[in-house]
Amino acid sequence: MKKLSVLAALLLSTTATADEIWVTNEKDDTISVIDLETLEVTRTLETGERPRGITFSKDYSVVYICASDSDAVQVMDPNTGEILHDLPSGEDPEQFVLHPDDRHLYIANEDDAITTVVDTQSRTVVAQIDVGIEPEGMAVSPDGKIAITTSETTNMAHWIDTETQKLFANTLVDSRPRHAEFVKDGSELWVSSEIGGTITVFDVATQAEKAKIEFKVKGVHPDRVQPVGFELTQGDTHAFVALGPANHLAVVNADTYEVEDYILVGRRVWHMDFNADRSKLFTTNGVSGDVTMVDVASRKAEKTIKVGRFPWGAAFRPTN
Amino acid sequence: MVSSQDQGPSMTGFSHYRTAFWAIATREVLRFVHQRERFIAALVRPLVWLLVFAAGFRAALGLSITPPYQTYITYETYIVPGLCGMILLFNGMQSSLSLVYDREMGSMRLLLTAPLPRWFLLFSKLCGATFIGILQCYAFLGIAAVFGITLPPLGYVAVFPALLLAGLMLGALGLALSSFIKQLENFAGVMNFVIFPMFFLSSALYPLWKMAESSELLHDICAANPFTYAVELIRFALYQQMNLAAFAWTSLAMICFLALAMWGYDPSRSKSS
Repeated sequence: MKKLSVLAALLLSTTATADEIWVTNEKDDTISVIDLETLEVTRTLETGERPRGITFSKDYSVVYICASDSDAVQVMDPNTGEILHDLPSGEDPEQFVLHPDDRHLYIANEDDAITTVVDTQSRTVVAQIDVGIEPEGMAVSPDGKIAITTSETTNMAHWIDTETQKLFANTLVDSRPRHAEFVKDGSELWVSSEIGGTITVFDVATQAEKAKIEFKVKGVHPDRVQPVGFELTQGDTHAFVALGPANHLAVVNADTYEVEDYILVGRRVWHMDFNADRSKLFTTNGVSGDVTMVDVASRKAEKTIKVGRFPWGAAFRPTN
Repeated sequence: MVSSQDQGPSMTGFSHYRTAFWAIATREVLRFVHQRERFIAALVRPLVWLLVFAAGFRAALGLSITPPYQTYITYETYIVPGLCGMILLFNGMQSSLSLVYDREMGSMRLLLTAPLPRWFLLFSKLCGATFIGILQCYAFLGIAAVFGITLPPLGYVAVFPALLLAGLMLGALGLALSSFIKQLENFAGVMNFVIFPMFFLSSALYPLWKMAESSELLHDICAANPFTYAVELIRFALYQQMNLAAFAWTSLAMICFLALAMWGYDPSRSKSS
């Protein structure tokens, strides 16, 4: 009997501690929560209009959601799914990034051509920085000193000094830059260009272009190869790049900048996130309305899970 | 076969059967081994479909996720089970073609006069032909893997019984057809009226829901085609899953075709005709 109760407790603890992937559904105004044990959607949470960017605070106590058409960044309690409050975000927030200080959010305001810096504790706007037209991609360096905004129409990466909240450099990239990430301990900046079909690699110290990564998917017209979101594996050895309407992920060697593999996923793959040990990757497939789980080691798509309409952003949440 | 008659009365009934089985099956295998062109042709056909035809459909088809698949797959991956079915179908027909040839050359008379039940002689031949078909399927799956079209590792093992049942069913169909075809020339008709419709009107190239999108009638014809179930049995087995409906329909079709073949080769019927 005692053994049984221990077993039951163990089982309960396993189910209670299953990690999750949170996915924003652009068209449904919801978040789908995927249980990583069962690979099923266990909760669907209401949000503001057109949720896109999503990120957790460092201690995972709150989740920030860009509700673009509600012109707000919403703060949600991940345990209850309750919206705690809205942050002043500026108009049409699409993407954002949380500063390593776990306090300041850098938000791209697509319609206003500005980057808004919000203090999440005092819930006030700290700064608004003029950038190029239609800002979207946001990144902050690991040391927190540099923030990046990419502007879709100006085709630039804007370099912001986070101490002065002023631009200190602007670098040209290929057409319609969508996403930016600092990699290799912040020594490189990668920017994906959707229409240009490339990723531009910058040396952060000099802001000079270091490499350009191009993609070619067998059987897919080059116009449909549109790199958007990307994530780096453990140790920043490889990057997984979402190629939008090409319905594939590209696996890029981060040292040689060569594409090593392509993986078929759902339609219009957009963003992604890893699980805890970065062994599995979860991609949001906008048009097919699902999330594909990819095994990182074998580079194979293993399972596709139906979520809401037009899934956009993805964020991992550990629960133990 | 002749040797089985010369062994004398000391042999038990079982060893008679065993000797005859081995003799017939081995003859079938040897005949295949000696025809190297046939082996190459048997592989070229599905490989052309896989590497040329499927390449054009790679991005165009847009398959949705249906069991046994867990995620999106390329068209090449989709048609692999259908092409295994194609190999077994052609092999079954080719084997029956050899029976028609044997009948014309007179060697069939020798086979059918062996002092064993006729059903057993035909079944032995069927087993030999199925074994060849399975060998061809594995060679095809190996070449497909070289071209990057891989399947779950255990699927290669799990597919064996499915290939066996599908091979027996399609071989039995060939036997049944050969019992009604008196001349080699008529066999060309079999190609047009049996192999092609059977292959195209099945789930080998497109899933049934895709057929339903274009025509409900087409879907119903495909759903009634035993070849569809043979392909689905292979498809599920490759992913270590059992499709009970496909198993049941393939088994039923095999029994019906075998019964038809037995009836077709029934000596009393031959005498009367």
